[in-house]
Amino acid sequence: MKETPLSNCERRFLLRAIEEKKRLDGRQTYDYRNIRISFGTDYGCCIVELGKTRVLGQVSCELVSPKLNRATEGILFFNLELSQMAAPAFEPGRQSDLLVKLNRLLERCLRNSKCIDTESLCVVAGEKVWQIRVDLHLLNHDGNIIDAASIAAIVALCHFRRPDVSVQGDEVTLYTPEERDPVPLSIHHMPICVSFAFFQQGTYLLVDPNEREERVMDGLLVIAMNKHREICTIQSSGGIMLLKDQVLRCSKIAGVKVAEITELILKALENDQKVRKEGGKFGFAESIANQRITAFKMEKAPIDTSDVEEKAEEIIAEAEPPSEVVSTPVLWTPGTAQIGEGVENSWGDLEDSEKEDDEGGGDQAIILDSIKMDTGVEVSDIGSQDAPIILSDSEEEEMIILEPDKNPKKIRTQTTSAKQEKAPSKKPVKRRKKKRAAN
Amino acid sequence: MEEEMHTDAKIRAESGTGSSPRGPGCSLRHFACEQNLLSRPDGSASFLQGVAEKSRERLIRNTCEAVVLGTLHPRTSITVVLQVVSDAGSLLACCLNAACMALVDAGVPMRALFCGVTCALDSDGTLVLDPTSKQEKEARAVLTFALDSVERKLLMSSTKGLYSDTELQQCLAAAQAASQHVFRFYRESLQRRYSKS
Repeated sequence: MKETPLSNCERRFLLRAIEEKKRLDGRQTYDYRNIRISFGTDYGCCIVELGKTRVLGQVSCELVSPKLNRATEGILFFNLELSQMAAPAFEPGRQSDLLVKLNRLLERCLRNSKCIDTESLCVVAGEKVWQIRVDLHLLNHDGNIIDAASIAAIVALCHFRRPDVSVQGDEVTLYTPEERDPVPLSIHHMPICVSFAFFQQGTYLLVDPNEREERVMDGLLVIAMNKHREICTIQSSGGIMLLKDQVLRCSKIAGVKVAEITELILKALENDQKVRKEGGKFGFAESIANQRITAFKMEKAPIDTSDVEEKAEEIIAEAEPPSEVVSTPVLWTPGTAQIGEGVENSWGDLEDSEKEDDEGGGDQAIILDSIKMDTGVEVSDIGSQDAPIILSDSEEEEMIILEPDKNPKKIRTQTTSAKQEKAPSKKPVKRRKKKRAAN
Repeated sequence: MEEEMHTDAKIRAESGTGSSPRGPGCSLRHFACEQNLLSRPDGSASFLQGVAEKSRERLIRNTCEAVVLGTLHPRTSITVVLQVVSDAGSLLACCLNAACMALVDAGVPMRALFCGVTCALDSDGTLVLDPTSKQEKEARAVLTFALDSVERKLLMSSTKGLYSDTELQQCLAAAQAASQHVFRFYRESLQRRYSKS
């Protein structure tokens, strides 16, 4: 769906407000929105909310063979997806530019800064290394995707535990989480992106732009920094011309912000660790606030299934018994066998075909149900059958019906074709009826 | 000139917290839900309960199609986006529940609410409702039903494994009993949200 265009008056309003140092949500120029971090039950799963922007991060690992030119290093793989629920404009086919830009920035921030020790991911040099995969899904887009995504990525990586491995000579033992506690990844530092939006050719700047502000900005400067004030990545897009002292000022602001955010992350990780150790409840269900009116919880509910058996027996007794099923296969030639009989083409003329009722598949359907293992039946129907429908305005000229051994189960007649199921022991011989030319 | 109206219902579905061993009686796991948690889509809900993808999508879509009053919104595309946050068993049932709550949150007119319930039959025939992943793997048959709220009739069933028709009817009856609880949960959570007190 195309993005709703921003009206001119909205644009003017936003720009005027920024000139007067006012933001729509009441923040100051250098204020971040509220950051909320919640963890799931599995290690490595977290949701980060930056205001209303929401990113889900999940980390998983796998043992693979290493890259040929880096035989002693593990592999890191990052993937950010803009889910269709995040914004109406994000359709599966259409988001390439933004997506590529965000993915590239995230990769530079996390991979090139060497925040994860890839050497520690090596199990057997040249043969087996850990491949760590970070999947980020944007759930709601309210501006500043890159900051939220970088926080989600680093939090998920810090939270993740990989299975323990021990190498004794040639033998490699991979322990399951039940045998030995999984170990955390070895993380040197936590790079976090801070975004600065520039307006009016660099005159005004805002930290952490929300979605409206992003639409009217001229350019964006992203600085990825860690708490030791080391810049990991810096990127300026939009073609704005920035002065040297502007960039320096931004990096100072970024330093302050990153320190705050890192502290928040460490506190959240510590809380989660504490809850898990004490055996309390953890996971997304717990992080749904009880007091919010839009949230609701219900405890484990026992279900009384004592009368289930009687009910079931009643239903089965009332239902008609299933019709006799002929399921002996017939061997025509070596290599060709037949079970049951396929029905004839039921596509009559379109205007006459509304009488077609597929449901009374009769014995054919029941044969299939008892043989097939994996069924995705839309309506479960036991033992009931339609009465045969006989219409008299069929257009066929002559039809020869062979008498089978037993009585025919059913005569299904459609407006332009009629067919009959015969016991499969007879070779099926039918005169083709004249179908109308519209076929 | 064609008019386009887009109603979006988006969901997050998460299954289960913890894997406490279940006793011989049947019980549904702890439920939690949050509505209207995303600002961009028209409606959103998060439902937490305790090649395959495409078939699951088709099943959910067919259930929604049966229930949503599409004739009230001609030329409209209703997109339901489900994001699995974590899977601890009974995934299809949880997706169905989340889809229903999101459609309600978006205000899409429906002829009934629906809910999903999963049953697992293990090798000695015991019925377990709302199984965990482990129970699903070890079960002889896993049956998922979608039931409607008006008369608890069956909207969709998806089964895997071997079972007799008696067992099918038993599972269906058990699912109908369980669906009562799910519908009560829906009602209470919506009441909480929309009541004036």
